[in-house]
Amino acid sequence: MHRIESGIWQEEAGDNPFVAEVARCRGYDVFGDMLPRAGWADMVFLLFAGEAPTATQRGVLNGLAVVLANSGPRAPAVHAAMCGGAGRAPAAASLMAALAVGAGRVGGAREVFLAVDAWREAKKDAMKMFAALAKTEQDAADIWPADDTWPGFDPHSRDCALPVRQALAHFTTIVSNGALASLSIHREGLEHQAMRGLAMTGVAAAAYIDLGLDADQAEMLHLLLCLPGAAAHALEMRSKSYKALPFGDIELLQEGALKHKDPAEYFSPSPGAMP
Amino acid sequence: MKPCHPLEDWEGPFRTAVGACFGGERVVFRGKDLHRELGEASWMELYVFGITGRRYGERELKVFNALWTYTSYPDSRIWNNRVAALAGTTRSTGNLAMSAALAISEAAIFGRQIDLRAIEFLQRTQKMLDQGEDLAEIVAQELRCRRSLAGYGRPFTADDERLAPLRAHLAQIGFPLGPGQRLAVEIDDVLQRNRWRLKMNYGGLAAALATDLGLSPAEFYSFAFPAFLAGMQPCYAEALEKPAGGIMPTRCAGLAYNGPPPRRWP
Repeated sequence: MHRIESGIWQEEAGDNPFVAEVARCRGYDVFGDMLPRAGWADMVFLLFAGEAPTATQRGVLNGLAVVLANSGPRAPAVHAAMCGGAGRAPAAASLMAALAVGAGRVGGAREVFLAVDAWREAKKDAMKMFAALAKTEQDAADIWPADDTWPGFDPHSRDCALPVRQALAHFTTIVSNGALASLSIHREGLEHQAMRGLAMTGVAAAAYIDLGLDADQAEMLHLLLCLPGAAAHALEMRSKSYKALPFGDIELLQEGALKHKDPAEYFSPSPGAMP
Repeated sequence: MKPCHPLEDWEGPFRTAVGACFGGERVVFRGKDLHRELGEASWMELYVFGITGRRYGERELKVFNALWTYTSYPDSRIWNNRVAALAGTTRSTGNLAMSAALAISEAAIFGRQIDLRAIEFLQRTQKMLDQGEDLAEIVAQELRCRRSLAGYGRPFTADDERLAPLRAHLAQIGFPLGPGQRLAVEIDDVLQRNRWRLKMNYGGLAAALATDLGLSPAEFYSFAFPAFLAGMQPCYAEALEKPAGGIMPTRCAGLAYNGPPPRRWP
């Protein structure tokens, strides 16, 4: 008999050994007890954290789900899902595209992983975040491409966007201490040091810390929470003519002619370059 | 004049140097006309050219080819192949099955992450040796830092069944023993002399061959991407021949639960 170990899920069969009559998640009877009283955020938190959320945790997770649900069609991950819609690829292909692109080290779930790691190093103190981020070293054999960015900060802007400030302000009405509160107090100082504006990934990372999640859990949950908008935009694109997502013009250059400008021309310092 | 925003430089026409399709006319692939200049190329030659921008000869392409062939295992128990088979058992599509199975192959204890670590270690070690460092100390240091050595040791078995046939193939086609392969063997010798019980595995030899073929770690990582693909297709196909749900069916009692006892939702 095939056997799978799990601390999350338990099933009891009736007459049919392959059909569960009772399913328990972390000890809670999902269909007999939870279903009438628990919401989506309760279930997700239970799965990730192992316990039912407190009212504060439920509020943070619900807020995060709204904040991250849709980055809009300009976001690479959503754009990727829309490519699946334009070509009428299977639904899962669009979501896989959104996951692959949204997984990235800049603006994606890997950035959240790195920011959460830095938060843990900083022990939820935003004042220590800068030092923790500066200590971030990339393994030479890392599958994630190197990029000279600050996890949690916008690589292309010195200013903090209004939605980021609104999200942070909202969360601080729910949770009065911890990473989010510390970030709210010290945001401008951190931005000044980084010479970059706080990004939504930075707010999300602090929220995951306050939810008690580690970097691996935060990365996985972040991927999940970012999917709804990608799915909706893929469906929208699928309903339109393929001409709705045009290829655009192209300018073919000689091999080696495409040069990146030095990011330092716009922003400095870079992680690792600080004392 | 300095632009206002770093991304403004990248607006407008899509600027590229790797190639373009001029519909109804021609396709440029890294500066070559795909149909007129590369039309006779094998897919492997084109693939490696796309990654490296370099053209390889027939013997080298045979090595590239062998690196994929010798590690194509149609065994549905292996985690990445299992994903392909599980996609078959739910009657998902073949493309989704292969895409997911290849994504799962970017694992940390086998597959792409090991490939990258193995070649990075090998090439870094060569540079350190060139600076006069001692090989045994380099190996010991790596083991102290990482507790493992990519390219050496295997989770389930000590010996790697792929090495002897691949070496025989290399001898048959006359591919020379280059510095990458020599260093990989020297590392193996160090491990055996010091009784670390880690023998060179396929990833170690593949990284050595890639080094001798002039690949950078990033190029080797990209090259290796489809390495397991040929073994995955049969796993998916066979799953379709079995009844839906017929891949590793698990009874409710097969879930060995070790979490909290039954409790009431608060």
